[in-house]
Order: sequence, then structure tokens, then C-alpha cells
Amino acid sequence: MSSSRIADHVRNIPRSGIRDFFEIVQSMKDVISLGIGEPDFVTPWHIREAAVYSLEKGKTGYTSNLGSPRLRRSIAAYVEKHFSVSYNPHDEIIVTVGVSEAIDLALRALLNPGDEVLYHEPCYVSYGPSIRLAGGVPVPVATRGEDEFSLRAADLEKALTKKTRVLMLNFPTNPTGAVMPLEELKKVAAFAAKHDLVVLTDEIYSELTYDELPHHSIAALPGMKERTVFLHGFSKAFAMTGWRIGYACGPADIIEAMMKIHQYSMLCAPIMAQEAAVEALERGTRSMERMREEYRLRRNFIVSSLNEAGIPCHLPKGAFYVFPDIRGTGLTSREFSLKLLETKNVAVVPGTAFGTCGEGYVRCSYATAMDQIKIAVERIADFVKK
Amino acid sequence: MDSLIRLLRQNSAIPRADLARQLGQSEEEVAAKIAKLESDGTILGYQAVINREKYDADAVTAVIEVRVTPEREGGFDRTANRIAGFEEVESVYLMSGGYDLLVIVDGRSLREVASFVADKLSTIEAVQSCATRFRLKTYKENGLLHAVEEAPERLAVTP
Repeated sequence: MSSSRIADHVRNIPRSGIRDFFEIVQSMKDVISLGIGEPDFVTPWHIREAAVYSLEKGKTGYTSNLGSPRLRRSIAAYVEKHFSVSYNPHDEIIVTVGVSEAIDLALRALLNPGDEVLYHEPCYVSYGPSIRLAGGVPVPVATRGEDEFSLRAADLEKALTKKTRVLMLNFPTNPTGAVMPLEELKKVAAFAAKHDLVVLTDEIYSELTYDELPHHSIAALPGMKERTVFLHGFSKAFAMTGWRIGYACGPADIIEAMMKIHQYSMLCAPIMAQEAAVEALERGTRSMERMREEYRLRRNFIVSSLNEAGIPCHLPKGAFYVFPDIRGTGLTSREFSLKLLETKNVAVVPGTAFGTCGEGYVRCSYATAMDQIKIAVERIADFVKK
Repeated sequence: MDSLIRLLRQNSAIPRADLARQLGQSEEEVAAKIAKLESDGTILGYQAVINREKYDADAVTAVIEVRVTPEREGGFDRTANRIAGFEEVESVYLMSGGYDLLVIVDGRSLREVASFVADKLSTIEAVQSCATRFRLKTYKENGLLHAVEEAPERLAVTP
């Protein structure tokens, strides 16, 4: 079939590197996968039960475009409590189909053709393509292993042009588990303010920071709320990936613009997911903390095992990924991942799937049961010995 | 809760080396902590949780609500300890509400439990009354579900 009937701007988007890799893994048997970017926990029972109850009550209709008022009030209370920013549930919050939709809406609402968007790499696979699909120009800024992949404000300055409109942040970061030291975050905020940029901050992993480390949202820094769209959801903290539910909080004019696109493309997020989300926000802390503690222990285990095996790996402070440095093996990220898969049946994701500066690293997710992690790291240790 | 205790409660047979890695401590440190918890009586023992429907399915478990006349000195303690001393008795708790002691008794048969209640328990002087109920089915015990559900399938690699 001719590909010319596909629109140019879609055809020109490269296939996701992670998808390529997924297809190879799919074709193999008995693979232990450290390649999974979602919690291995099932959604806590009390949240599932709340959704079942709402179905029994017959809650099966549309909600308001912005999301049910009850959920928006819960979100406002939760964000105020945990992130110290207050949003008006009436016009500063929109409930979306996952954070992915919120990112897409925000970019489409903000970008004129040719506008540039700064974001830090290695990063979640959708950022570059989402920017392009919204008519923008992606401008990745590399972060460094020596900084544990946190962002330097000075590097942003170098990538700035007259066309820069938006800055995207994702801390803690998928795939590196990086967090931002508060001092540097303040510099990034000052940079955004100085150049009048809108900040999109994807804080989907913010509950998952370890060792009592407080999470700071850039939206809470002085003067930032007016220029920041805060994006968050339920997938990671409450193990709700398949529910597809997230939200954006921001200045009313931006939320209104996002709502315009959302109402014509999505209408509203599914009502059962919204009902479950209310339960998660209002009573989910205990189950979230239990999962976080489990992640923390696994992180400790995987980091000390990899270092013992001679693969340098820093102790990431957030998310559920480790990003070990495999340069000592003399292999590229892709070679390492493919050979490990072929010879040891262990799947990790090449760092390059998350940006060119991910070369020399691989992403290992520890959102996998402890016994699987144990076997996987033993096999990796065996692999690098040879 | 302390992470070490939580991990041991989850699986007390966990290798010490795994514990050390998960806690970010040395094996020696972990061993010393466990030894201390054992010697000060925080850890009372290590037991396997058995699905009784698969093993020893004919055994019966009775849950007995016991009303007791408290003593001027010591309250319920002496009677409770006296009951706890019997080998058949699995657990004894002092309760608030309509009765005083909750006694859980394991027996090989209904007859054995009945004889324990009639001959031993109800004849203790301070015991005023016993209400005995039998367990019919177990769904969850010590935090473990008895029906093992198959884990839902996951995609092998996701972003």
C-alpha cells in the first residue's frame, strides 16, 4: 500500500525505539523483563472496589469536559497538600486520559508552528514526537551521568533561541530516576521567568522519591504558578496505568484552551476511572506508601548487586528505574541489550531509546517482583564476566 | 514499621544476603539486629503459614468467647495465662465488649474440641461462660490470601 496517503508530519515521525525492542522481546520465550515501565502491583483493592461500586450504582455517563467536580475538588486538595500549590477546581484543573493526553493538549494549546520546546534527555519516549505532532520543534538538552542526570540551568541557556516558547520538565525522570536539587530547580525557574517561557512539568513519579527526600514542584516556586502547567496522574503512585487517567493544573486561560481540544477529541475521561481516582486520592496514601517501600528495597538491592558485578550504577532518588553505565563492557547500549537478551534472556531497554545522550547506559526497571530481579541481576553479572 | 521487621514478617526464610542488599546494610549488621530482636523477645519465632484445606483438612478450629470474673489483683492475667497454657490453645486475646477472652483452639476433631471446652475450659473457676463457634473456611490468614490468583499478563517492554 502506498505510504503517500499518510500525512507527511506523521510519516516523518520515527518509530519508537522501545517498540522495536518490544517486538524482539515478544518473539522470545521465558524472558525476565526489566524493561517494563509500569508498576508490577495490581491497583490496590480499595480503589478497584470503589470503581466496581460506582458501576453498580450505574455511574456510566459522561462527566463535565473538565472532569467530575468531585474529582477536581479532590485533586485541588491533594495538590495543595502535597505540592503546596493551590488551584481552583472550577477553572484551573482538567482531568485527562492519562498524563500523555495532558501533554498533548498542553503542547497543542501552546505552540504555533515552528515554536521551539526545550526538554531534557534522556527522557520519556513521547516528548519529542508529541512536540512535533503539535507543530513544534523539539530541542533536547542533554543531561549528564556525573550529575546523576539532573538538569543544569546553564545548559538550557545555551539551547535557547528567539523561538523558544516552552520548557518541559520531568522529575523524577523516566528513565534515569533523576531528581532536581532545589537550588538548581530555582535557577531553572528563574531562567523560565527571564525568557517568558511556559513550563510543562510532568510530575507523574513525584510520590516515588526515596529516603525521605522531599519532592519540590517548580509550580510551587514564587511567581511560577502563573507560567506553569502542572501535570500529574495516577498510573505510577497508585498502580493505575491501564485506567488511563491523569490531570493538568494551570492558569485558567491555558486550561480553557486545553479543554477546547479535549472536548472535541476526547469529550471527557472515562467516568469509572474518575470514580476510582477519587478513592485513590482520598484514601490511597497507605497503599501508595506500601508500594513505595517495596520499590525502595528493590532499588537498594538492584543497585548494590549491579555495582558488585562491576557495572557502575548510581543510587537514583526517584521513579522505579536504575540507569547503569555499561560503557565498561565496550558495547553500545543496543549491542549490550540485544546480547543480554539473546544469551541470558534478560530484557533491559537501551538508553538510546530515550535520547542519543542515553548511549552507554541501559534502563532497568525495578517494578518487577523481587525474585525476578534477583535472577535477572545474577544473569547480568554472569553476562559481563564473559 | 521498621523495614527489617516488615521483610521478616513477609518472609522469614529470606536469605540474609538478600536482606542486607535490600536494606543497604552489611550482612553482619543485619545478623546483629536480628539476634537482638530475638534475644529481647521482639521476634518470638518463625512459622510457616499452612493452607489447612490442603493439609490436615479434618482438623477443626474453634473460636471461643469466654466471660471471666476478674480478680482483685491481676485482673484477667492469671486466668488468661492458665488458659493459654493448654496445648490445644492457639491464641488468647483480652477483648473489649461483650465478653473478655477470645480463645482460639485447634483440635483434630469436633469431639476433641468439645471435650476441651467441657472438661478444661469451662471448669476453670473464674470462667463464667463459653460461646464456641467453629471456623468453616479460611479466605485470608496472616495477610496471605488462600486462593492464589494468577497474575494478569503484562507487556514485556513498555515505555
